[in-house]
Amino acid sequence: MTGYTLTTPRSGRAERPRRRRARSAAPWLALPALLMYVAFAIVPLGGAVVLSFVHWDGLGPMSWTGLSNWTSVLADPITGNALALTGKIMLISVIVQTPISLLLGVFTAGRHRYREVLAVLYFLPLLLSSAAVAIAFKAILDPNFGVGAGFGLPFLKQDWLGRPDLVLFVVIFVIAWQFVPFHTLLYQAGVRQIPVSLYEAATIDGANRIQQFFFITLPQLRNTIITSGTLMVTGSLTYFDVVFVLTGGGPGYATRLLPLQMYLTGFTANQMGPASVLAVILVVIGLALALVLTRFTGFAKMQSDQEGV
Amino acid sequence: MPKMTTRTRRSLIAAAAIAATAVLSACGTAGPAPSGAAGKGTAGGASSVWVLSGATEVAFDKSFASWNDAHPSQKFTVQAFANDPYKQKIRTAVGADQAPTLIYGWGGGTLASYVDAGKVVDISDLVADPALKGRFIPSIAAVGQVDGKTYAVPNNGLKPVQLYLNKDAFTTAGVKPPKTWDDLISSIPKFKAKGIAPITVAGAAKWPLLMWEEYLVDRIGGPQVMKDIVAGKKDAWSDPAVIKANTMIQQLVDAGGFVNGFGSISTDSGADIALMYTGKAAMTLALPSAYQAVQSGDPGFLTSHKLGYADFPTVAGGKGDPKDVVGNPSNYWSVSASATKAQKKTAEEYIAKNLLNDSYVTDLLGTANVPPVRGIEPQLKKTSDPEFYNRIYKLADLAPSFQLSWDQALRPDQADALLTNLQQIFLKQITPKQFSAAMNKTL
Repeated sequence: MTGYTLTTPRSGRAERPRRRRARSAAPWLALPALLMYVAFAIVPLGGAVVLSFVHWDGLGPMSWTGLSNWTSVLADPITGNALALTGKIMLISVIVQTPISLLLGVFTAGRHRYREVLAVLYFLPLLLSSAAVAIAFKAILDPNFGVGAGFGLPFLKQDWLGRPDLVLFVVIFVIAWQFVPFHTLLYQAGVRQIPVSLYEAATIDGANRIQQFFFITLPQLRNTIITSGTLMVTGSLTYFDVVFVLTGGGPGYATRLLPLQMYLTGFTANQMGPASVLAVILVVIGLALALVLTRFTGFAKMQSDQEGV
Repeated sequence: MPKMTTRTRRSLIAAAAIAATAVLSACGTAGPAPSGAAGKGTAGGASSVWVLSGATEVAFDKSFASWNDAHPSQKFTVQAFANDPYKQKIRTAVGADQAPTLIYGWGGGTLASYVDAGKVVDISDLVADPALKGRFIPSIAAVGQVDGKTYAVPNNGLKPVQLYLNKDAFTTAGVKPPKTWDDLISSIPKFKAKGIAPITVAGAAKWPLLMWEEYLVDRIGGPQVMKDIVAGKKDAWSDPAVIKANTMIQQLVDAGGFVNGFGSISTDSGADIALMYTGKAAMTLALPSAYQAVQSGDPGFLTSHKLGYADFPTVAGGKGDPKDVVGNPSNYWSVSASATKAQKKTAEEYIAKNLLNDSYVTDLLGTANVPPVRGIEPQLKKTSDPEFYNRIYKLADLAPSFQLSWDQALRPDQADALLTNLQQIFLKQITPKQFSAAMNKTL
């Protein structure tokens, strides 16, 4: 497809035959991408599967251990805890982020005063690296030198990262702060594509703004909601950097999500076997989720919501 | 066709996103190739060395620069890394035979695993050299030995842990530096009455909590308790000393000994030490790096002699010697087994001639480090703060037992479990018995 677009300008007159040839060449054009995918996704995945059956501390020789890594990881309560946390954070993230980014997206797509200035402010977190976001929040949430002390507001002076019951919501908040702008962008684009004629017709029919939102905007954003939801769900399986820098999985095991547990097992505890088991579990869950989501949401069909418009 | 392709492509993208996590774990096999390191170096290639960035970096830089000037054909290339990334990078590099010629380490469990895997060179003959033999404090040099053979030599300052005090805070509260654990407990209400937090600790970083545990276990049960744990004796974590230490920690937490919200305080920003020198907290249990933190955060605090020191309090009925200390004896150089012959020769000559020589010692003293070198008392007197330098030297030199930090002494998987479980003790998420049970599983 890329090749097609690239060649078109040079040979505008012979467009039809060229198009046919380009189509038949398409599988070849996918080759570089396929090679990259095999080299950077399939091969390491195979490596992880093999490693999950060996004992290796990263230094000495590897030794075959059969299924013992699998049984020990699956029997470990920390794995169960990490799975539950990952599920929790996935669910709450979708519930928190979707309405906020939907409303912000609708707002920034409209034509209000100061809209551009506000939009720039909303999108700012998107420009910052995860590590920078986490370090900044760590400083802001410091109970003695952070936001509580800065504003002199006692209720902000909490043990934000040290209370096991509070810390998960702090993490969910920081993740939302970081990712809401991205999803807002998706919704903004989605809203901008809705034909104005629909709203004009609705106005003539006497629908107010709230009715227009629920009966036109929301149904028209169906595919956008599915896209954004899929990205949130699969993305929450790989939340790592922010949590790693912000809490390191702590306090205790309170924010040790599955990817974090995998990393710490592999690179802090130096147990490559069990870490690979966790990696394989992550891949399986991720694939299953992606498949279920694409199948049952109609995402795969990608039918237009604008038929007849 | 568009339908099919779209679906396949979408799920492939989703799968690729997930599989990226697998790539992460597979990094261990490939490993990041160390830039500048000449692990597979050609004959005559420069020897390489990685150091930690920070206040002490300048002492290493100067030492290698002066060596390079004097030996143009046997140069070292020096690269600096931050502490935590270094620890992960060096292990991968050593495992892949891509380590720098001189490997910077802490001794303990990590050194033992390098020796087991045959990754470092036996330098017993080198240190038997009379010129080198008398140079180091023997108990500090002994940390570089595994099974009676020397694999590592000290290269950095002594790092015993002690209490650092804000003298003004003690005067305000009318409290004397605690000599016993009971003194410490009874001082808590007096500090709190004046609005001062008794103790600051960076609970989010986990390892600062470990110093309390290490000292308490030693004061209660003596050094043998930890020796049993390192040796992997069955149920060694259920030793009464460990249970009692954890019970006392939770009593200290209950009594309000630690600053509010200590679980959120991180140490890389220096927020823990800052509480002490700003007078919001009275004391902290810390490595000598706390002194460096005060030096850079509030030099006036030092020049006006507001910083005080105290040994860790004794525990009534405890078996441990009150002179015992915990911490990091020093840092160490090992010679990589995967280096070329020429590189090894350069490294060994450097160790024999330049390691901790006079100018190196002076440079270390300039960065608030006290080198583990014998007979430097006259030089300590000439430093900017002889009280501090002498204290550190005496603490380490006179200690019957200098316990290496547990997270370094233990296997990495045990260390990870220890730090996390200990954090749960401090946050009262688990009981001392649950701690011992969880840790016994790692033996």
